[in-house]
Amino acid sequence: MAVYGAPRFLNAGEAALVVEIGDSIAAEISERVAMLESALGAAAIAGVGETVPTYRSLLVNYDPAVIDTEGLIVRLRALWPPTGSLAAPRHWIVPVAYGGSFGEDLDEFARRKAMMPEAVVERHLAGHYRVYMVGFMPGFTYLGGLDPELALTRRDVPRTLTPAGSISIGGIQTAISSIAAPSGWHLLGRTPVRAFDKRRDPPFLFNTGDLISFERIDAATWRELAEAAAAGEPVARPVPPS
Amino acid sequence: MSAALEVIAPGLMTTVQDLGRFGYQRFGLSPAGAVDGFALQIANALVGNAPSEAALEMTLQGATLMIAAPAARLAFAGDFALSIDGRPAASYRSHLVHCGEILAVGRAKNGLRGYLAVAGGLALAAELGSRATHLRAGLGGIDGRELRTGDRLELCAATPPAGLEHALSAADIPQRRNLLRVVLGPQDDYFNAVAIADFFAARYTVTAAADRMGMRLAGPRIRHARGFDVISDAVVTGSIQVPGSGEPIVMLAERQTTGGYPKLATVIGADLHQAAQAPPGATLRFAPVDLAEAQRLRAAQLAWVAGLPQRLASADAARWSDPDRLLGLNLISGVADAASDP
Repeated sequence: MAVYGAPRFLNAGEAALVVEIGDSIAAEISERVAMLESALGAAAIAGVGETVPTYRSLLVNYDPAVIDTEGLIVRLRALWPPTGSLAAPRHWIVPVAYGGSFGEDLDEFARRKAMMPEAVVERHLAGHYRVYMVGFMPGFTYLGGLDPELALTRRDVPRTLTPAGSISIGGIQTAISSIAAPSGWHLLGRTPVRAFDKRRDPPFLFNTGDLISFERIDAATWRELAEAAAAGEPVARPVPPS
Repeated sequence: MSAALEVIAPGLMTTVQDLGRFGYQRFGLSPAGAVDGFALQIANALVGNAPSEAALEMTLQGATLMIAAPAARLAFAGDFALSIDGRPAASYRSHLVHCGEILAVGRAKNGLRGYLAVAGGLALAAELGSRATHLRAGLGGIDGRELRTGDRLELCAATPPAGLEHALSAADIPQRRNLLRVVLGPQDDYFNAVAIADFFAARYTVTAAADRMGMRLAGPRIRHARGFDVISDAVVTGSIQVPGSGEPIVMLAERQTTGGYPKLATVIGADLHQAAQAPPGATLRFAPVDLAEAQRLRAAQLAWVAGLPQRLASADAARWSDPDRLLGLNLISGVADAASDP
C-alpha cells in the first residue's frame, strides 16, 4: 500500500491523461489525489479542463491544441509531490435506517459474517468514513474506512434494481447510492438523504474528501426525513468544524 | 401564434441533445450530449445555429413531427429516409417548412443516429448548464426523458431568419466506416502483446446491447494478462473496457464516469462519430494510431467543423446557379453508401 515515488502518466485518448499516483485504496492515497488536484487548480495551466479525482488517480482532460501532452506532463511533474494543506474537510452526519425493508441483506450478511445483525449495525455506525470518490453514476458516493471485519465480496448475482439511498457494502468499501440502479453490493440500510437532487442547490451533496458518519434512525424518522428531502432539504447534517 | 414542433410519433429513441454538460464528472455525472457530436454540429451549421445548439437525436427509427409554427427552417444530418408532407426530402440540407406540414424521419439507411436541428434552436431551459438529456440522471431536454407522442417542443424563433437554404456538398457528407482508430491505454499493460495484436486483428460485431451509454461488442475474447479487476478510475468517452468476458465495451456519451475493468484503448475523438453510427450487427475493426496522429486528426476535424458555415455560405451561389447539382448530390451519396461497407 503505497503512494508512488513519481506519478505514472497514462493516455486516456488524445485529450485526457490519467495521473496515477498509488497502487491501492487508502486514505493517504486519496488525500494525495485531492492535493494534486488542488495544486493543479492553483497552477491554472492554460488548456487544462475538467479534472476527475478517483481512488488513486486524477484524470486531467486537456485541449491538445493549447498544451501538448509532453508539456502537460512536465507541468504535472513539477507539481509532484503536492505540498500545501487542503481546506478542512466537510463532515456530514447521514441518517440511516438499518435492516428490514430498509436493508434487506442485513440478516444474510450477518449470517455470512457469523455475527449478530445488531453487531453488524454497531460496527458500521462506529466507522469514520471518508469520501474516496463520487462516481459511476450521478452522486454515487464511495466511502473508505470500513471496519475490515465487515468486508465481504459482493453478491454472486447482482440485483437488477436497488433503491436510491441504499447503504451497502461491497468488498472493503461501503457506499451511499443516489439513484435506483443495479448493484451487486449487500444492502444494509437506507438513508433518506438524496446525494443527488437536481432541484436542490447544490444538486450534489458529497464531494471527494468529505467525512461521513452514520446515525441510526427508526422507520418513522426515516419517513419524516424522506419528506423533508423530497422538499429539497439536505437532511444530512454538517458537523461544525471543531 | 407560438412556434413549436409537435411529436406525432417519437420514433425508437429520440432525445434533445447538445454537445454535453461538462464540469460534473467529479460527481458521477457524465457529459451526455449527442453521441455523434460531429453530425449535430453539421445539422446546426445547415440552419445557421451555433454548433452547440440543442437538437433532436434520433436512433434507428426517426420521429414524425408536425410543424406548429408559421414557418421553420430545419435540417437533418444522418443517413435516414426523410419526407415532408409525404414528399421525399434530402438529408444534409436545410428545408423551409410551414404550418401544418408533417416531417417524417424514417429508418436509418446506413448508420444509427441522426440529428434534426431547427433554425434558432429549441426553447428549453438548461439544467446544470446544458439542454442535453441525461436519461439516467433525469436531466435536460424534456423532463430528462426521451420524447413521447404529444410532446410539444417550443421553438426560439417564431419565424426563421430570411436567407437561402444550405446544403452540404456531396464530398462533405460523412461516410460510415467500420474502422475505429484508437490510442492504446490507459490500462494496456493489463494485456500482453499477443492479446493486443489479436484485438487489432479481430472483427467485432455490435450487439443489441448498444445505447447512449455504450456498446457491447461480440467477437474474439481478449485475454487479460493480470486479472480483470482494476481499482476503479475515470472513464472517458471512447474508453474501451474489457470486462471478465473478454468482449470489449465502447463507452459513449452517457457512459458511467468511472469503471473497474481494464481500459485497453480509447477511440480517438475524430472517430467517435463513427462509433456513434455503428448499428447493432455492424462489424467493427480497431486500428492503433499514435498520440500525435490522434491529436492531428482531432485538430483537423475541429477545423473542418469550424470552417463549415463559411463553406456553406460560399457554396450557395454556385449551387443555386446549377440546379442539377442537387440531383447529383443524391446520386453521389447513394453510390458512396454502397462502397462504404467492407
